Amino acid sequence: MSIRLTEAPFDPGALLTAFTSGRSETGAVATFTGIARAEAGRTAILELEAYPGFTEAEIGRIADQARARFGLHDLAILHRVGRIQPGEPIVFVATAAGHRRAAFEACDFLMDYLKSRAPFWKKEHGPDGERWIEPTAQDHADRERWG
Amino acid sequence: MARVLLFGPLRDLAGWRERQIAAASVHELRATLASEDPELGAALGGKGVQVAVDQAVVRGDAALGPASEVAFLPPMSGG
Repeated sequence: MSIRLTEAPFDPGALLTAFTSGRSETGAVATFTGIARAEAGRTAILELEAYPGFTEAEIGRIADQARARFGLHDLAILHRVGRIQPGEPIVFVATAAGHRRAAFEACDFLMDYLKSRAPFWKKEHGPDGERWIEPTAQDHADRERWG
Repeated sequence: MARVLLFGPLRDLAGWRERQIAAASVHELRATLASEDPELGAALGGKGVQVAVDQAVVRGDAALGPASEVAFLPPMSGG
């Protein structure tokens, strides 16, 4: 299991290749890549702040839940922090399981948590200034689907 | 001296991110910060602001040692 934060841009394809290699009992790998949106020019830069150590530990707790709940063989989460430009990948989640349903659902579950509860503070910088962003009602509703 | 960390909007409000402040408890630390900067003091007690001591969330008061790290965590944005 790998949970990491990075200030550097990353290549989701390379992460997928590394994640899938060397597996013989895993029948399914699902991935999600989130990309920073330009919001029609309103967002020039997205700034993401984490609490190093604490943020990875909190994500790790939910990752442990996902592993147990969906019987995952493995998972990987890489999240950008710092200043992110529109079009750059911001988060990568990969899940490995025996069969596809568990891999898909675990990936969905992890993203719903990451979007609503994970210890990040997000600021949008645009032509009209800057503003802190909070989770939307939809983000909270998505997480609540999992009970 | 506790190492005090502010995140997100709290950092912008205070105009600092990290400071060393003498305090024997979270309660005392809050009082010191509020006397210096009442607006920050009010924000630290605001809805949804959590406190972590040495990276573990605490509720209410907690004792601080000479090398404690105290983080004030405003409502999280998610990633």
